[in-house]
Amino acid sequence: MKTPEKQIGARMNRVDGRQKVTGAATYSAEYKLPGITYAVLVGSTITKGRITSIDTKAAERAPGVLAVITHFNSPKVPGFDTAGKDPSQPATVGGPIKIFKDDKIRFNDQPIAIVVADSLERARFAAGLVKGQYAQEKHQTNLEANKAQAFLPTSAKKNPKHPMNDYQRGQVDAYKTGAIKLESEYVVPTEVHHPMEMQAITAHWEAPDRLTIYDKTQGTMATRRDFAREWGLPEENVKVIATYVGGAFGNALHSWQHESAAIIAARVVNRPVKLMLTREQMFTMVGYRPYTWQKLGMSATPDGKITAITHEAIGQTSTFEEFTEATLAQTRMMYESPNLTTRYRIASLDVNSPIWMRGPGEATGAFALESAMDEMAHLLNIDPLEFRLRNYTEQDPEKNRPWSSKFLKECYQLGAERVGWNKRQLKPGSLRDGDWLVGYGMGVGTFGAHRGSSKANIRLLPNGTVLLQSAVTDIGPGTATAMTQIAADTLGLAPEKIKFELGNSDFAQAPTQGGSAIVNTVGPAVQEACLALKEKLRTMAASSNAAFASTEKEDVLFADGYLTLNGNPNARVPFADLLKQTDGGFVTVESKPQGDASKSFSMYSFSVHFAEVRVHVLTGEVRVSKLVSCADAGTIVNEKTAGNQMKGGAVGGIGMALMEHAVIDDRFGRYITKDFADYHVPVHADSPDVQVAFVNKPDPHVNALGTKGIGEIAIIGVAPAIANAIFNATGKRLRELPITPDKLLV
Amino acid sequence: MADDNPEINPAEPGASHNEARRTFLKQSSLLTAMTFTPGPIVQAAAAQFDEKVAAAFEKVPLKLEVNGVKHKLSVEPRTTLLDLLREQLHLTGTKKGCDYGQCGACTVHVDGNRINSCLTLAVMQEGRKITTIEGLANGDNLHPMQEAFVKHDGFQCGYCTPGQIMSAVACIREGHAGSEGEIREFMSGNICRCGAYSNIVAAIQEVKNGGQKV
Repeated sequence: MKTPEKQIGARMNRVDGRQKVTGAATYSAEYKLPGITYAVLVGSTITKGRITSIDTKAAERAPGVLAVITHFNSPKVPGFDTAGKDPSQPATVGGPIKIFKDDKIRFNDQPIAIVVADSLERARFAAGLVKGQYAQEKHQTNLEANKAQAFLPTSAKKNPKHPMNDYQRGQVDAYKTGAIKLESEYVVPTEVHHPMEMQAITAHWEAPDRLTIYDKTQGTMATRRDFAREWGLPEENVKVIATYVGGAFGNALHSWQHESAAIIAARVVNRPVKLMLTREQMFTMVGYRPYTWQKLGMSATPDGKITAITHEAIGQTSTFEEFTEATLAQTRMMYESPNLTTRYRIASLDVNSPIWMRGPGEATGAFALESAMDEMAHLLNIDPLEFRLRNYTEQDPEKNRPWSSKFLKECYQLGAERVGWNKRQLKPGSLRDGDWLVGYGMGVGTFGAHRGSSKANIRLLPNGTVLLQSAVTDIGPGTATAMTQIAADTLGLAPEKIKFELGNSDFAQAPTQGGSAIVNTVGPAVQEACLALKEKLRTMAASSNAAFASTEKEDVLFADGYLTLNGNPNARVPFADLLKQTDGGFVTVESKPQGDASKSFSMYSFSVHFAEVRVHVLTGEVRVSKLVSCADAGTIVNEKTAGNQMKGGAVGGIGMALMEHAVIDDRFGRYITKDFADYHVPVHADSPDVQVAFVNKPDPHVNALGTKGIGEIAIIGVAPAIANAIFNATGKRLRELPITPDKLLV
Repeated sequence: MADDNPEINPAEPGASHNEARRTFLKQSSLLTAMTFTPGPIVQAAAAQFDEKVAAAFEKVPLKLEVNGVKHKLSVEPRTTLLDLLREQLHLTGTKKGCDYGQCGACTVHVDGNRINSCLTLAVMQEGRKITTIEGLANGDNLHPMQEAFVKHDGFQCGYCTPGQIMSAVACIREGHAGSEGEIREFMSGNICRCGAYSNIVAAIQEVKNGGQKV
């Protein structure tokens, strides 16, 4: 029998491509439910204080309006009173605002009312009639003005081993006494995820104790847990469906107030309620990448060995949740510096809580670290690539243990060749093409190769196809496609005969999509489920055909309509016979990291990004003319989708470097960037043809597949690569993002 | 005229602009309605007892052809073409990404030209032929641009994809796909936050160079 082609590594088209190009893919606000109603949220017009009254009369009288809900009339949400009191739940530092529970305003545009009507137009019109009155208090929305109140996160105070604690190796702040040293401050402003699909939910109480939500979430299980807890329901009474998620980038890692509001509204009107935030509300009612100030000091020897680094960061959080991210993680392990100090602090402002945005923390920290590397290389008059090689680490200097795998040098080489690094001049401002100054820069990224535990359901269907199910979501990387490829290779079955269903909390347990961990985690579960199915079928086949009794599951092959054995094509049992013996139900397996590899090895994905930029001498316009991203991400399951993910991260990095900046007018505490006219993201014309290269060598320790993860390293290091290229082109070192033309013309 | 009649002066003092607008609409449509409507209903509405009756007169008839299907509709004048497609015709392939004409997710063809369906009121398209992503394929056969998007992986999450494809087809028809640079300029009204731009451009170039009819 012909061995099927290997699918892992193949450039397979997406399994859901047809749905996406025909408009058949259904997102959270697109489910057709009988009696559907429409909700619109009303936000507070002040930033801090109390609601004294809300006039809802006009809205209630408006045609088609079914309900106007505020904290004055909202039904009691049982979980709002018990939250935090459950001893089985880990204590969190603060928590989300419980919507419509009290009169307190903690940030501008905080929802104060939800209006439900029988059409979107009517709900929107009536929402405009709701008027709040407030007792206003003085607010703080500016991090720079509040750096003095920054504090060590409570999680670190409580646990000396917590990674948010200060870190030290060698001498404290040793860079200060170094012969060749630099000290610079960097700012990454507030950036907003802005997935093209705005946050949306359709909430439907199918019975007084059964809730179904079609929700934009990265984790169907986590969302189910949140709302089951909120309503005091058993988890199995809540179903979360997120078959298609229109991008998220971290924005849907948290359950937000609008979701609670829609569920409350559906309860009140006793009909399904659909709520989609407006683009303006995407700045305020959900999270964002927090404004972060950083200071980095570095010293080095004249021959380019780093002797000390001190990296400090202060990130903003809200007054009600302590948001933290690993801003300083990369600095601790990327370069061989004998003396190293990191200090991470947060400051509470009257804003909504941040939430991890692609390459959380690390992308922010890498802007400072990789800019400082470029600054030091310049100071030493050494090529920045050579400077990095002189400080390359063959083992993790933070944890003093070997890498599970590290092929970053190979990435450097691949990228340098492709971008044409040899054209780079050490002296900034040396290359000019007409009115354009040309420069080259690089930036390195890394992110932990995390693997969690996951389950997978699998079953053989009578037509000889295999159905797999997982609660995991796909926010864009192509999860179902990669899983289908993994299953195809493990089963020895053509991918067309495999269906991978996802995005439903009723399916097998899987983690939230995030942290570049899905292929690492769900991939092995799919592999093991496939082997479990083979073993189950082999045992069943053995009862009618002795040849199956003396073989291993690995020998089992799927043929057209029957099961057979590798090397023994005469052994065959029809699927129909096998299915007679079984209840036709799923085989469920759970897959967990085995052994103590994660304790013996440091596991990271690595990337390097090379940029060629052109800066117009008269206008300060920056064009990224080349962008090359190279990754050591272990085994690449699908180069087409993985390459696409890398390209997307690079484009996100262009936004970070050159345009993204959510601006609050601190006098009012209100965003003045409210849409894509004010908050710029890269468009077609801003993006070059991004080149991607993978080392594509399996990691021997993360999992059996050899994968390490791509999502985060795709963006981490891109912004400094562009900033460094701008320096190389112009001699202007800009340490505050985004680098807009006005800053280059000063 | 309404202004001459003290009883139907638009707004009471202190009423908001929105309320005034609504009152005006209700009363002016009542004037029209009185000619055609049975007495009791008019009286009830005129006395502002029945918001529902009044609201009914806010709808206007609209004839549209969408993906080859002729529709006779009754819509509120404030309904955008985008919301009409998504919420009333259940053609949810056309996406909402901003409502301000800034992202292109809602791109459809009106009489063959690409427009942002969020920036036009449905009633402005009386008698026109609308094509949405659902109407692009020929039965089970995908349009060449749809095929090319799948082949080149011109998407990730898929949300901007219908708009990108509708725009891409128009971009070629307009003669704006002559070079990579030209494609990038003329596709810049369609944002892809996943950043699949390189692949989208590759898909458009393939279709353009393949010379197939789009």
